[in-house]
Amino acid sequence: MGEAGALVPEPYVVVGRRQEAEDVVTLRLEPVDGVRPAFRPGQFNMVTSFGQGEIAVSMSGAARAVEPLEHSIRRVGAVSAALCAAPIGAVVGIRGPYGTSWAVEEVEDGADVVVMAGGIGLAPLRGAVMELVARLEAGRGRVFVLAGARSPDQILFPEDLRSWERAGAHVAISVDVGAPGWTGAVGVVTDLLATAPFDAEGARALLCGPEIMMRFGGRALVDRGVDPARVLVSLERNMQCGVGLCGHCQLGPVLVCRDGPVVRYGGLADELFMERNR
Amino acid sequence: MSERSSEHTRALVAEHAFLAGLPPQAIELVAEVGEPVSFGAGSLLFREGSPADVAYLVTKGRVALEVHAPNRGPVVVDTIGAGQVAGLSWAAVPFRYQFDARALDDVEAVAVDAARLRVALAEDPVLGFLFLDRLAAVMLRRLQATRIRLLDLYGPGGG
Amino acid sequence: MRVGDDAIVEVEGLDRLLALLAERGYRTLGPVVRDGAVVPGEVATAGDLPAGWHDVQAPGRYRLERVDDDELFGWAVGPGSWKSEFFVPDETLWRAEVADGTVTISVPRAGDRPVAVFGARPCELAALGVLDRVLAGGGIPDERYAARRAGAFVVVVECGSPSSSCFCASMGSGPAVDAGAGPGPGFDLVLTELAGPHRFYAVAGTEAGAELLDAAGAARATEEDRVARQDVLEGARRGMERSLETEGLAALLARNLEHPRWDEVATRCLSCGNCTLVCPTCFCADVRDVSDLSGTVERRRSWASCFDVDHSYLHGGAVRPTTSSRYRQWLTHKLSTWWDQFDTSGCVGCGRCITWCPVGIDITEEAAAIRDSDGAPARPAASGVGTSG
Repeated sequence: MGEAGALVPEPYVVVGRRQEAEDVVTLRLEPVDGVRPAFRPGQFNMVTSFGQGEIAVSMSGAARAVEPLEHSIRRVGAVSAALCAAPIGAVVGIRGPYGTSWAVEEVEDGADVVVMAGGIGLAPLRGAVMELVARLEAGRGRVFVLAGARSPDQILFPEDLRSWERAGAHVAISVDVGAPGWTGAVGVVTDLLATAPFDAEGARALLCGPEIMMRFGGRALVDRGVDPARVLVSLERNMQCGVGLCGHCQLGPVLVCRDGPVVRYGGLADELFMERNR
Repeated sequence: MSERSSEHTRALVAEHAFLAGLPPQAIELVAEVGEPVSFGAGSLLFREGSPADVAYLVTKGRVALEVHAPNRGPVVVDTIGAGQVAGLSWAAVPFRYQFDARALDDVEAVAVDAARLRVALAEDPVLGFLFLDRLAAVMLRRLQATRIRLLDLYGPGGG
Repeated sequence: MRVGDDAIVEVEGLDRLLALLAERGYRTLGPVVRDGAVVPGEVATAGDLPAGWHDVQAPGRYRLERVDDDELFGWAVGPGSWKSEFFVPDETLWRAEVADGTVTISVPRAGDRPVAVFGARPCELAALGVLDRVLAGGGIPDERYAARRAGAFVVVVECGSPSSSCFCASMGSGPAVDAGAGPGPGFDLVLTELAGPHRFYAVAGTEAGAELLDAAGAARATEEDRVARQDVLEGARRGMERSLETEGLAALLARNLEHPRWDEVATRCLSCGNCTLVCPTCFCADVRDVSDLSGTVERRRSWASCFDVDHSYLHGGAVRPTTSSRYRQWLTHKLSTWWDQFDTSGCVGCGRCITWCPVGIDITEEAAAIRDSDGAPARPAASGVGTSG
């Protein structure tokens, strides 16, 4: 659909769906025609539910070409609710991939990588963690996954978390409030840094979750000695066109859809986070 | 500072509930590194992320501790009134305020120079212990209250 | 006539130019007087142009006055701009028919007849250049906008009568077309209205423009004509009452996000969005889906404004809930972060936002106020020991 341009979606069909939590569904998608374009974890698509509208959703699956496209969607409004309810065989629209990525391929050999995820923030990081675990298994560096959730039933991708741990990744999970049967940590996800034995020298960090979490987490990582320029966060703003033409997603100098969503913390996000109502 | 105003500061400090029961030299120490200040309703005492170098002994009015989120604006997570201390981050690394503090109404306080206080307490371990003993009690009470608030008891099925 | 050659077009020659454009299949739009203002309209002959009209503008004020001469362009700018021909206020991007699990998408054409703009001001030309960079200069262009722009024929008319709101000279976007700063698109023809005798100095900017001059029988300009043009432009420059100091402006605004002026202007600003409506470079748009019971879905894009509180809505609330934060967004975007995003200023100094603000807020005054008190803190500090608040 070359001449139609980037504002027209491609039809994709739902080939699988998985309920991750009460309000989170992962859809597996394949294009009706052709092959899905390559993407890098951290990027997003504009996903259309025909009849409701379109929202920006990060890719949550592996980027390897053989894998179908996966999007984990949290039900927060009309469009996301429709997508969460989409049955197998439903057709949705996809535009993308857009935005910047976690750039896992740029991490130097030997560097420790800390991944901090809050709530649904684990979804945009999932593809990156898969690549980091592969990197770990190839002996090229360690990965530390710190995930926070509201309560035990809201922990996302528990099987992936277990398999990453079996592969040798440091995996720590905490919840804000416990529940019967939960014997894991209860507290804020940033506190999990204290018991993560990563070497701050040369380390990289990837953070995704509520802005407050990324704000406090970024500071905590820098206090620990991680180079702020090596800390990446994923920004979020009202997104409508996804391609830098509608002006909605501006955060100061940044167009989140074009210059983000993944941006560096040191010298950019750390300042943007402190600007109120920007 | 004039004689008159330091008398005034000493009086405010001596009456403050946080320091109740402390020996006279503790009152003297705090008064020496403190100064009366006032904040009009709505004004900011300190900003999240800035260096925690002042401890505010609130003598009048109420201070709100706030966290700012992009789509929710400032959310008040605690309120501190007369007789209490606003700003505890001066007591531990990384000595940086973790929240915004805003005067909810007209606030009067004694602003204590925390850096000088820390030095003085380090030099006098007995005084240091008495002081931090009180601080620990305040922190523990606020922590326990916060944990109970996390249970969302007033929500549906709160218990 | 070659590109860059200067010529003289008689007033009757304008009719020939317009007729030639119609012959070549253009839909020709130019300034016309309607509803008490100079607005874009269909133009077939020189008689459709605003002869003998003069605009009086001030913060929050616009009036057209009759003057006793036959000057066709003796006014500055009206509320509308040529942006609406290329970046259409409301348009359908695609249509989808949804039935039985299949989706068929069709894309409506970007436009029918190509547009000829007859009478864009140098500031409007600069504004189109800014929009070209924003909407078509990045990695992912707005192809509908680009197609309309590519097919357009642009005739610029330089300014001899700036209004009191104009400050194009300080923005480098007028009153002449070769005013220097900013990205400029090509113009096909540029005209300057001269008096004694009434004629138009003309220069072709493209082969198409040169060809049109030849077909209209334009004669070569003389040195006298060139001097007359310089006099008109110099008069316009001297007559410009407003200016905006642009030196270090972007950085100045970036370091004054907590300046008390934002709260002060918010006591006057109605957050009505008029400024964004009349601004020739504002490009914010809402992208929404509209559907009906038959299963047809349309994706529509329509003009939006950052002054709308929902503009920054993010699950649960607006990121910019206060007028103060929204005014700050508009001004800092226009004069500061536009540089970060698009490597150009967003403002061309047309003055429309000043004239059409119902309470008369003046962008040049706001910027100057911040410059004059660079670094002013948000609220007065507490009396007594320094705080880190």
